[in-house]
Amino acid sequence: METIKADIVIVGGGGAGLRAAIAAAESDTGQSIALVSKVYPMRSHTVAAEGGAAAVTQPQDDLEYHFNDTVAGGDWLCEQDVVEYFVAHAREELVQMEHWGCPWNRKEDGHVNVRAFGGMKIERTWFAADKTGFHMLHTLFQTSIKYPLIKRFDEYFCVDIVVEDGRAQGVVVIEIATGRICFIQARAVVLATGGAARVFRENTNGGIVTGDGMALAYRQGVALRDMEFMQYHPTCMPGTGLLFTEACRGEGGYLINKDGYRFLQDYGLGPPSDEPRNKFMELGPRDRVSQAIWHEKQKGRTIDHPHGQVVHLDMRHLGEKKLRERLPQIYELAEEFMGLDPAHEPIPVLPGAHYTMGGIETDGRTATSLPGLYAVGECASVGIHGANRLGSNSLVELCVFGRVAGDEASSYAKSARNSSTATLEKKADDICNRVRGLVNNANGKERIADIRNEMAKSMEEGCGIYRNAPVMQKTCDKLEELKQRYRSINIEDKSSAWNTEWLLAIELGYLLDVAQAVACSAINRKESRGSHQRLDGYEQRDDQNYLKHTLARYNSEGPPGIEYSKVKITKSEPGIRAYGEAGEKAEAERNKKKGAAHDK
Amino acid sequence: MTSNDKIIEIEVLRYRPEQDEKPFLQSFKVPFTDDQSVLQGVQYIKDYLDGSLSFRWSCRMAICGSCGMMINGVPKLSCKTFLREYYPGKITLEALKHFPIEKDLIIDLSDFINKLESIKPYIIPAAPRTLEQGEYLQTPRQLDRIAQFSSCINCMLCYAACPQYGLKPDYLGPAAITLLHRYNEDNRDAAKAERMQLLNAHEGVWGCTLVGYCSDVCPKDVDPAAAINRNKLNSTMDYFLRFVAPRGGN
Ligand SMILES: Cc1cc2nc3c(=O)[nH]c(=O)nc-3n(C[C@H](O)[C@H](O)[C@H](O)COP(=O)(O)OP(=O)(O)OC[C@H]3O[C@@H](n4cnc5c(N)ncnc54)[C@H](O)[C@@H]3O)c2cc1C
Ligand code: SF4
Ligand code: FES
Repeated sequence: METIKADIVIVGGGGAGLRAAIAAAESDTGQSIALVSKVYPMRSHTVAAEGGAAAVTQPQDDLEYHFNDTVAGGDWLCEQDVVEYFVAHAREELVQMEHWGCPWNRKEDGHVNVRAFGGMKIERTWFAADKTGFHMLHTLFQTSIKYPLIKRFDEYFCVDIVVEDGRAQGVVVIEIATGRICFIQARAVVLATGGAARVFRENTNGGIVTGDGMALAYRQGVALRDMEFMQYHPTCMPGTGLLFTEACRGEGGYLINKDGYRFLQDYGLGPPSDEPRNKFMELGPRDRVSQAIWHEKQKGRTIDHPHGQVVHLDMRHLGEKKLRERLPQIYELAEEFMGLDPAHEPIPVLPGAHYTMGGIETDGRTATSLPGLYAVGECASVGIHGANRLGSNSLVELCVFGRVAGDEASSYAKSARNSSTATLEKKADDICNRVRGLVNNANGKERIADIRNEMAKSMEEGCGIYRNAPVMQKTCDKLEELKQRYRSINIEDKSSAWNTEWLLAIELGYLLDVAQAVACSAINRKESRGSHQRLDGYEQRDDQNYLKHTLARYNSEGPPGIEYSKVKITKSEPGIRAYGEAGEKAEAERNKKKGAAHDK
Repeated sequence: MTSNDKIIEIEVLRYRPEQDEKPFLQSFKVPFTDDQSVLQGVQYIKDYLDGSLSFRWSCRMAICGSCGMMINGVPKLSCKTFLREYYPGKITLEALKHFPIEKDLIIDLSDFINKLESIKPYIIPAAPRTLEQGEYLQTPRQLDRIAQFSSCINCMLCYAACPQYGLKPDYLGPAAITLLHRYNEDNRDAAKAERMQLLNAHEGVWGCTLVGYCSDVCPKDVDPAAAINRNKLNSTMDYFLRFVAPRGGN
């Protein structure tokens, strides 16, 4: 097996991985960076992000507001010191993206323009039409080419982290085109492998979003934090789950039920107005909007569709011109994938699994509990999303914390020493044999697709928008069963070059572990908070017992161990999380209290 | 639920480098519904009929650029081409033309990646700004000059369509020239002269014989032919200016 030496290895060429690589390359250490990605970086799923990236920009806005929106949006399960750092560094990172060439939409005077987004008090979402992630990713990828210290390993698939002497010291990868396995030795390892929403059936994620880095860190004993919080996006294409960005509503689109009624007013988000109003109605947070759709379905007020019960996203009143200018990709998706013209017909939509709020537990500087191992982006839980992420916070997270990860990994690598190469190669060899064994011994009769589909269906039933113990338990049991069956999986393809069946099998292993962490974390949280909503006697938030992070710990013998850790509160005590008119009242109350405290 | 009552024949050009001397056609019968894409068709084959069939895909929404293939001889994104359009006829799938095949529908992309890296696809400003100075100003009109040319998803359909690339693999080709043009036209950038030297070298822009098929097949309306045309003009100017100005004409 070949050994490749680098100072730092980054697994993941999405927004987070690329930003980390550039930061490391810009540090003054002259360290070499191996950037590993199972697809060419510009294919990473950051490419699919549509709506935009949030940073305090307008004079009437304030870091305090962005902080409050984020913490209340996360139902107070955020690490508040980390959120403070995040909002304070958001704008400079987006300006940095601008300097690197990102084609942000502009105002007439040439300054960057912002749009409204759900759960945000003031418009602060920077956007590049409705292809923000695409433009950010290509900008980062193309900019990374400037740095000779970044050596890319495009289409290399990571199968494990090499841990020796209690530290991460490299990764083992498959060169996909040849099937060759190599060891990349490094003194610091950064995971930036993205989310895991493919554990669900109806989802907005690309085929590559299979939780790989989460599973790898988890199997090495690093905790997965807050995995029960999976975000359902309210407006997805029935059947495929493809996303219609929240910007559709930010630009003024309505959600209506089968009677043409803007039903969100019945769920504490009203009163309705014709023009979009921040934190009201369609600009409520995603968890609340998805939950409202679920209730409409129970009330029989949704619309029959071949792929399930839907509501309508109505943008007809915005007119073709505005839609083509601000939402061209949405127009294209509606026209080409659904054969309808959104300027003249409403779009049928339903909620789909979208974003993994939880992830690999890190501190505010992206370090995990395993020395030398860092995690960043959607695969990580750095602490800013809590129980529900606000749209347009995560693209910024990639930049703000990608940079931190690059800096931290490079200063760690400066002082760390590798164990002897021979010792590390021995470990890598064992991993190599295990991974090859998977394909050579896979002569069972279980079909990859069957296990994957049964998992995704069971996750949707047990860990969907509303949850209760019996169904969650069924999902937990099902996952145990599927993990057993996974052992007698069949891989027909025994070849080396581009053996994608082998890769699918490995990914399925990752998915099953991550799914189990989600389901077991969920069943143990006996309250309702943010995107975790229960209907079995735990309908309320319970700060007494559950103002805590869940930590799921891997157990090779069965379900994970569940522990809890404290939430860092600096300046925002848990309060009533309300939107619409009620939200305004709650905010006035809070300000009054604060004012009174000041007067004392 | 929609029922799978229709069956379509999908013929795939297979090539497994460790087993096959040369590519061969293999036929599959695939049940489908009217809203299913060609990508979903090949996924069905992989999941239920032949696990060894290999192809690239990810986003399913025509933005990651992975899933291009020749569909009945025309380069297309398989995720936004629908099976119903071909039924009751059959579909023939092959790897994108003009590229070496790595396996089945997977092409070797490294030539394009090298070209992309060679054209300095990043902003090289005249005077770098600090973050404290905030953003560069760019009016909506200035943005318009680059918006379309910065929408390329690197899907390679235009290379599969380009007769010149087929004949002269040195030719930079539509997407790389478009990207070069995108940076040259950006008001934040000042490195046009450097890039034009690249373009004027050997097969830069001169390979193109103005067939225009690249723009026809482009799934994102990037119109690479327009970028090439403008650069032919730029290059001609440059060529003549070379005799009067000391270093290129910019
Ligand atoms: C449809 C959609 C729209 C969205 N819109 C917005 C929005 O408007 N605003 C916003 O803020 N957020 C949005 N999000 C969320 C946001 O886009 C993602 O959270 C973010 O892009 C994730 O970036 P990442 O760098 O962490 O991971 P990704 O971009 O997913 O990259 C993961 C990388 O890891 C690599 N990788 C994974 N596993 C392996 C392995 N085993 N070996 C080697 N490499 C591996 C992959 O190749 C890839 O390069 C959206 C998400 C979706 C799905
Ligand atoms: S110019 Fe169009 S066809 Fe060519 S690679 Fe770009 S998006 Fe694809
Ligand atoms: S799967 Fe991404 S472009 Fe088709």
